[in-house]
Amino acid sequence: MKKGITTISPAFEDIMPEEYRQLVAEGPFGKDLGLGDLGTFKELIEEHPLCAGCGLALGIRLIIASLPAPENTIVVGTTGCSAILFPQLAMHNIHSLFGNQSAIATGLSRALRLRYPDQPKDVVVIAGDGGIGDIGFSFTMQAWFRNEKFTTIMLDNEGYSNTGGQESGMTRQGIALNMAPTGKKYPKLPMVELAKTAGCAYVAAVNPSLARRLGKMVRRAVLVAREIGSTYIQVMVPCPTNYKFSPSETLKQAKALNPQPIEYISAEAEQLLKEAEK
Amino acid sequence: MVERKIVDPEYLLHKAPREKKFLIGNEAVAEAVRRANIDIVVAYPITPQSEATHIVGDLYAQGYIKDYYRGEDEFAVMSAIAGASMGGARTFTATSGPGTLRAFEMFPTWAGARLPVVCAFMCRGVNSPLSIQPDNIEIGWLMDTGMLIFHAEDPQDFFDMTLIAYLVAEQPDVHLPVGVCVDGFFVTHTREIVELPPENEIFPPYNPHLSPVPIMDMETPPIRQMRDPFVMKSNYISYNTHASWQQEVRAASIRARKHITRYLGSAVEVTYPEANILLIASGTAAAQARVAMEQARQEGVDVGLVKIKVLRPFPEAEIIELAQSPERIIVPEHNITGWLAREIKSRIKDSGKVEGGPRVFGGMTMPPKIIFDKIKQNGRMM
Ligand SMILES: Cc1ncc(C[n+]2csc(CCOP(=O)(O)OP(=O)(O)O)c2C)c(N)n1
Ligand code: SF4
Repeated sequence: MKKGITTISPAFEDIMPEEYRQLVAEGPFGKDLGLGDLGTFKELIEEHPLCAGCGLALGIRLIIASLPAPENTIVVGTTGCSAILFPQLAMHNIHSLFGNQSAIATGLSRALRLRYPDQPKDVVVIAGDGGIGDIGFSFTMQAWFRNEKFTTIMLDNEGYSNTGGQESGMTRQGIALNMAPTGKKYPKLPMVELAKTAGCAYVAAVNPSLARRLGKMVRRAVLVAREIGSTYIQVMVPCPTNYKFSPSETLKQAKALNPQPIEYISAEAEQLLKEAEK
Repeated sequence: MVERKIVDPEYLLHKAPREKKFLIGNEAVAEAVRRANIDIVVAYPITPQSEATHIVGDLYAQGYIKDYYRGEDEFAVMSAIAGASMGGARTFTATSGPGTLRAFEMFPTWAGARLPVVCAFMCRGVNSPLSIQPDNIEIGWLMDTGMLIFHAEDPQDFFDMTLIAYLVAEQPDVHLPVGVCVDGFFVTHTREIVELPPENEIFPPYNPHLSPVPIMDMETPPIRQMRDPFVMKSNYISYNTHASWQQEVRAASIRARKHITRYLGSAVEVTYPEANILLIASGTAAAQARVAMEQARQEGVDVGLVKIKVLRPFPEAEIIELAQSPERIIVPEHNITGWLAREIKSRIKDSGKVEGGPRVFGGMTMPPKIIFDKIKQNGRMM
C-alpha cells in the first residue's frame, strides 16, 4: 500500500466514520505489530455479528492481528460463518462463491505478482472446514500440487455451521449431526497429512488458546508462502451454537480437541525462517 | 517473439493495413489474443475449444502472454480468471458446452463483480447422450447471466469480435464480462480467409485504475464495507441493495450499446429490410440463411436477412422496427430450444408471424435447402 493512501482529505474529515478515523490514526498498517500488541492499536475488524463465544470469531481476530503485512495482504474467503464477519474487515477481501477460494486465490496471487514484482502482496485464504475439506477439496489440493504462493487457513469447527450444523468431512467419526443422523461413518479428514503429502512447505495445526503460538505460525506461513510456495494452517475453532455447549466453554473445547500443536517446516522453509527470524 | 508496438485500438481495428490469411476459427481467435496484450490465460481441454488455447499456450511460451496454466476444471478456471481480474489483470479463457455448464456458477458472479473478463465459447452439444458436435444450446442459458454476448458467424467475426470484446468490456461505464460465442466446428475448424492487422501491433495494457469497483490489491483505502452483512438481514435495505445491484448490471449492459456501435458498427446487419419475408439468425445459421435467401431471391421470392451479432444487450429497438413490415419472420437455429425465436417473439407486437425454425441440433448441419424450403412454405402461406 502506498504511503498516505488512507489519509483523509481535510474537507471530508468531519463526515468520515469514527472507525475509519481511528484506523488512520491508530491502525496497524505499516507498523509491524503483532499479537502481543493487541489492545494498543485499532484492530482491522470492527464489531461483528457472529454468535457469543464463537471460536471462529476469535480465530479470525488472532489471525488478522498476526499478519506480517496487513497493508499488503488480501484475504480470500468463502461462504460460511466467516463470510458474515469479513464485510467488517478493513482489508481488501474477496467473497466469490462457496468452495472456489483456492482457485480465486491462484488467479489473484498470480495477477498481483505480475503487477507488483517488487512489492510482496500476500494472499491468505481463510475458510471453513466444509469450504476447504469438502466442496473446495479439489481446488485446495490442486493449488497445493501446483505450489501456488498463498497461505490457506482452515477454521475447523468440525461441521457446517452456517447452514445449521451439518456433518462435514472434518467432523469426528461417530458424532451425530444433521445429515448424519446415526453418526458420522468415517474418520475426520487428515488435512494436515494431506497438506504435507501435497508438498506444502509449511503446515501447522493449533488451537486459539495458544494465541502466541498461533500468531507465530501465521507469520511463518505467510512469509513462507511469499517466497517458497503453498502453506497450510488448521485452527481448531469450536462452535458452541451447533455443538451445543456453553459459549464460555469454547477455549476449553478447543484445547481438548487439539491439545498438542503440530508444526511441519520443510528444509527450504526452515532456512528462510532462520534468516527472517534472526 | 517479434518486437511489439502498442497502438491505438481503433487504429488497430479499423485502419491498420490487413493481410489475408487462410485460418480456422481457433487460429483466428488466438490471433486476436496475440494482439490483445493479455496478462493471464487459464485453460482446460475440451473439444472443439482446445486447439485455440493450445495456440495461446504457444504464444505464452514465446512471451506474448505473461502467465498461463492448465486449470483443474472449468469451475476452477473461471474462478482463477475472476481472481486474476479482481487483481487487475487482463485475462482470456475459452470453453465449450459441458465446460460451460461445469463453470456456470461463475458467470453471474463475473457480471456481479463487474469483471471485464473475455471468454470464448466454442459451442457444442451437452449431455446426455454424450456429444462433442456443434450445437449452441448453451448460448440460451448464458444470455441470462448478466454477461454481454456476441455471436460470431465466421473466423473473421471471431477475430474482430474478440478484440472488440476487450474494448467494450473495459469501458468504465460498462465493466462487464463478454462471452464471444461461435458454433463449434463450423467456425472453430473451418478454414476461411481472415484479414489480419500486423502481428506486432497490440492493444495498450489494461488499466485497472479505470475500474468502477476497487481492484483487490490493497492500493485503494480498505474500508469496512458494511455494518451488517446483507446476507444476514431480512429487511428492505438488504433486499434493495441486491436488487439495485442486479439492475445496475443490466443498466451497464445497456450502456455498452454506444461502445458496441462505435467499435462493431451495428448490433445487427441487414440485407433487404423491406422484404416480405425476413430471416433473422445469428452465428452460422446466418451464413446458411444468406445462401438460402439468395437462392430464393433468384426464384423471385421477396426475402431479406437480419444477422444478429450481439445477443446481449439484445438489439431490441432494431428488431422491433425491422419486424414491422415483413409478413413472415423465419428464425433458423442450431439448437433444440429455439432461444432466438423466443427472444424475438417476446419483444415484437405480432409474434404470430414468427416461424421458429428450422432447427438442427446434436451436431447436424443446416443445409441452406431446409431454410429455402421454409421460405417457400411461408411464401405460399402469404
Ligand atoms: C454451491 C453452494 N452450496 C451450498 C451452499 C450452502 N452453504 C452456505 S454456508 C455452508 C456451510 C459452510 O460450512 P463451513 O465451510 O464448514 O463453514 P462454517 O459455516 O462452519 O464456518 C453451506 C453448505 C452454498 N452457499 N453454495
Ligand atoms: S454458528 Fe457457530 S461458527 Fe457460526 S457464528 Fe455461531 S458459533 Fe460461530
